Amino acid sequence: MIAMRITLNNEEIEVAEGATLADLIEDRGLTRAACATEVNRRLIRKNERPDTPIKPGDRIEIVTLVGGG
Amino acid sequence: MTTTHRAEPVRIIEPAPEPLTVGGRALRSRLIVGTGKYADFDTMRRCLDASGADVVTVAVRRERLFNERGESLLDFIDLDRFTILPNTAGCFSAEDAVRVARLGRDILEQLENPGASWVKLEVLGDRKTLLPDPAGTLEATRELVADGFEVLAYSSDDPIAAVRLRDAGSASVMPAGSPIGSGLGVLNPANISLCLELLREDAPVYPVIVDAGVGTASDVAVAMELGADGVLLNTGIAHAADAERMAHAMRLACIAGYHAARAGRIEKKRYASASSPWEGVVSHIPGE
Repeated sequence: MIAMRITLNNEEIEVAEGATLADLIEDRGLTRAACATEVNRRLIRKNERPDTPIKPGDRIEIVTLVGGG
Repeated sequence: MTTTHRAEPVRIIEPAPEPLTVGGRALRSRLIVGTGKYADFDTMRRCLDASGADVVTVAVRRERLFNERGESLLDFIDLDRFTILPNTAGCFSAEDAVRVARLGRDILEQLENPGASWVKLEVLGDRKTLLPDPAGTLEATRELVADGFEVLAYSSDDPIAAVRLRDAGSASVMPAGSPIGSGLGVLNPANISLCLELLREDAPVYPVIVDAGVGTASDVAVAMELGADGVLLNTGIAHAADAERMAHAMRLACIAGYHAARAGRIEKKRYASASSPWEGVVSHIPGE
């Protein structure tokens, strides 16, 4: 497997070359979570994730809802 | 023969507060509560229920998709019952607040929750006080309104700032009673009153919700008695020693304040005014 270095939620990680955003969500065990995703500050909707390939150096955010006031 | 008089019992039906319409949605409860700072999710769930709220606020965060027990906040919120109001807490610029608002909307659209188009807008000016940045809040309001959001804008209690936010298209302006989480209550009732007066001069039914600073039930009642349409709070319940009981107290105070505001309170007087008649007093009255 050729790995790519990306930044996920401000932490550097490696993902397999050719992985999509949907793959990343699945690898992280987050398919059940309601989450929103950004790649390089661009909002990627859930139905766009399988068609969004990850590129080396991408800055990805996966966010969800937490308790707040 | 002795006759015992007994008054006929009176059956009182407590009037229900009018629903509050915000951003096109009618809310039965005028209390909006947060979901943060609870000891655990189960306590939170019980408190949300006890508060009677229809709307609960949440935050958008990158970490903690699940807690150490594999639980997620959304497992403990009845999405059929509650409208979820995502906030932009932690944002110190209009740009960040707009970004976070859009992320929150995306999640709520997936959940098909009616709060998807709503945002509790916070653009903070300072980490110590968490007071709002008026310029940043106004800028973000304009952008979010243009993007189709119903903006509930957290503001200071400055009446002019509040009017500017209303004029920028906010669905509601939410002046702070006092700093977030401070428990100081309504520190400047005169300013809240001026906010209400100015905001309603051109829009008599404009919803104004006092947000932040509530420490106990009387603070909610004070805000409502001043004429606020609702109150938003979190820490006052979540950090109370008995959070669930405090949630009940806040619900009751909100209703009490609502009715008191409409019942026409008595004027304050310098001297006493006896409730029992002077006529027929048996005892000696000094000076007479």
